[in-house]
Amino acid sequence: MPSNPTKADAPAPSAGKWAPAVILGWLVPGGGHFLLKRPGRGALLSASVLCMFLLGLMMRGAMFQPQTGDILTTIIYVGGFLGDLASGLLYLLATWLGYAQPDVAGHVHDYGTKFLVAAGLMNVLAMVDVYEIATGKKD
Amino acid sequence: MPKMNLSHFEAALLFALFSSVVLGVITKRTDSERLRYGLRCFLYFLVALIGLGWLMHFGHG
Repeated sequence: MPSNPTKADAPAPSAGKWAPAVILGWLVPGGGHFLLKRPGRGALLSASVLCMFLLGLMMRGAMFQPQTGDILTTIIYVGGFLGDLASGLLYLLATWLGYAQPDVAGHVHDYGTKFLVAAGLMNVLAMVDVYEIATGKKD
Repeated sequence: MPKMNLSHFEAALLFALFSSVVLGVITKRTDSERLRYGLRCFLYFLVALIGLGWLMHFGHG
């Protein structure tokens, strides 16, 4: 009895098809969309992530450093570090240019820290979108 | 880099704005659906922001 191939049986798309766009999307927010010829969406994503990151810097938010300890500390600090890192070149440039704001009390600093992490998380969503476009799951 | 001082409301409003743009852009299939979804997300953020603000106001007594 012939079996119909399902989506789960379909071979995984080759990394060569999506990896360049996803890596570019990580390094330059919105860059993956530009590479895949979606300039309008790329520009909106790029502007949003860039504005969030710059607002985070201007509010003097702190960058997370990976720390381990109890489970909550590990989740917050390692997760926060990965969130910061997801901004790609924005994070790398800020760090290389010497941005090292200590974590101080105050709602503006606190919002700044959240803006920096959220910029990275928004870029992760953009990278997932790039992956789906590159593999043909989305137009 | 200039330093910025924002109130809770202003910071949360900017957060809602940029998050809504990203959520709108990546989720739906047509531009009009994206616009509507982005606006709806922004509205939900606003409702949650103002609602939770009042909740905390009454919670503090």
